[in-house]
Amino acid sequence: MNWELLIIQCLNGLQLGLLLFLLAAGLTLIFGIMDFINLSHGAFYMIGAYFCASLVGLTGSLILAVILSLVGVLIIGALVEAILARRLYQNDHLDHVLVTFGLILCFDTVVHFFWGTQGMTIPLPPTLDGQITIGSIVIPTYRFVIITGGLLVAGGLYLLVNKTHLGMLIRAGASNRVMVTALGVNIDRLYMIVFAIGAAMAGFAGMLIAPLTEASVGMGNEIIIIAFVVVIVGGIGSIKGAFFGALLIGLIDTLGRSYLDGFLKLSMPPNYAETAAPALSAMMVYILMAAILAFRPRGLFPPTHKS
Amino acid sequence: MKIKNSLSAHLAKKMSGPTIVYLVFIVLLGFAPSIFSLINEPFYLDLLSRILVLSIAALSLNLILGYGGMISLGHAAYLGIGAYCVGIPAYYEIYNGFVHLALAIVFSGLFALFSGMVSLRTKGVYFIMITLAFTQMLYFTFVSLEEYGGDDGLVIELRSEFPSILDIENNTTLYYCIYLTLLGSFLIVHRIINSPFGRVIIGSKHNEERMQALGYNTYRYKLVCYVISGVICGIAGVFLGNFTSFISPEMMDWTHSGELIFMIVIGGVNALFGPLIGAALFIFFEEWLSGITVYWHFIFGLLLIVLVLFGKGGANGLITALFKNKK
Repeated sequence: MNWELLIIQCLNGLQLGLLLFLLAAGLTLIFGIMDFINLSHGAFYMIGAYFCASLVGLTGSLILAVILSLVGVLIIGALVEAILARRLYQNDHLDHVLVTFGLILCFDTVVHFFWGTQGMTIPLPPTLDGQITIGSIVIPTYRFVIITGGLLVAGGLYLLVNKTHLGMLIRAGASNRVMVTALGVNIDRLYMIVFAIGAAMAGFAGMLIAPLTEASVGMGNEIIIIAFVVVIVGGIGSIKGAFFGALLIGLIDTLGRSYLDGFLKLSMPPNYAETAAPALSAMMVYILMAAILAFRPRGLFPPTHKS
Repeated sequence: MKIKNSLSAHLAKKMSGPTIVYLVFIVLLGFAPSIFSLINEPFYLDLLSRILVLSIAALSLNLILGYGGMISLGHAAYLGIGAYCVGIPAYYEIYNGFVHLALAIVFSGLFALFSGMVSLRTKGVYFIMITLAFTQMLYFTFVSLEEYGGDDGLVIELRSEFPSILDIENNTTLYYCIYLTLLGSFLIVHRIINSPFGRVIIGSKHNEERMQALGYNTYRYKLVCYVISGVICGIAGVFLGNFTSFISPEMMDWTHSGELIFMIVIGGVNALFGPLIGAALFIFFEEWLSGITVYWHFIFGLLLIVLVLFGKGGANGLITALFKNKK
């Protein structure tokens, strides 16, 4: 067993998991509180990446660009909520799917219109572009930036949800929406804040990934599906579930891709293993989801009281 | 004479205005190849073949989505399964169309059975997301199968062969095959929704608990319906594979599942002929708008949003409303 490789793969898995968490946290809150299916959540991920890439070019400062684009995505999220999503909370899920599917088409085309089809990279400052050597393990510095950034946001969200008045309302909304309205909370404002925070977190995930993969049209459409799987595995409405679900899926996906063919070779001829392993590792996340749902139909950490 | 009169009276009573419009439209479709060859526009036949294939797929989805209330966001999987059931045998130089059809029926049925067994245990948001996830699983499976082209897909050199019966290398013959399959699917779906079985399906959309209280095991009913729908769509996939002669995992992308729902909604959910009208309008707008601007997706997206916010019932609702106004 190559321990260095295992550690590096675990860090990769952690990185994917934290990115998934940033996407899934907003999704699960929007699901849980507004009972709204937002397929276009991945659009915020894409917009965050494009805003940041352009602003780095304009301002020359990565930190300033990240802050400005966070504000930008926050505003767009609030606008989408106020103009569109708000009208649909009372409708059935099919309407949510259709409208947010339409929104994806619109957002993708708008990005295509302003930024073209060519992807955009975010150049990293030299301090972040290096590598860190611990013992015999070499890890890119930026990987630590992603992991730290993800953990910081997760911690911040934990504090926000568990220690503030707003967080109390959010928790109350996730467990019993009707009761919160009955208690005279300005529910429209709460919905808008939740939607905007969710959008900003998705945008932040997009900014974090863009220096590695570059911003491209439709970049959110694939990862958003895995974020949905995270939400379902974790239990709709549960931030804790989203966190552990995201880490679980990030690790399983990454480790599956690198170690599955080794395991399969133990029990079957190598040439079969080489064909089966990539297919099987692509399916693993979904098999896990099916297995978890078979035993816990409402996910790992379902909210205790649901209206 | 008297019998004939009462029969036509009976028919007239049974058929509403919109149904007659749709039936005329369908009869016209039967003459389409001759019309297109008269005006010398073979490209239109291509377009129409595509519309009819997608109509079959949308019709099968409407059976579970419109009538059964099962919002599946993964129906493109069956188009992919059907297409790969042509592509993979063709890769091994098996061109027999009956083999392709049999494989498509078996595999789309099995996939529907297994994914349905898990997903139908859940409701609402969970169901939507799980159907989506299963399709995505299939998508990535085919992406990782390097043997069959992986991401790049497969080119199908020859269409399915039905020795000494049909030659679907001929576009008109292929068109009529698709046309007849569509008619058959309409009949099947019509029979299903008007049967006691269909009543249970429609009933469990509106009030599942009441159906269960009446003693129906709604889970089993829905599962059977789900499998039927998957198999019909798998057959549509066989035609799609033959028609496009190029298949790739991209056919199963979840955005295509979204497009199928889009078609149903344009045509009108809960309307038997809605999917046909919806698919026709969808392809027509796609061809028309993409000729005008590369940014046509934006107009499509807006159209979808406006349709949901303001236009209930889709094209079927419009046609029905027209007839109501006349009365």
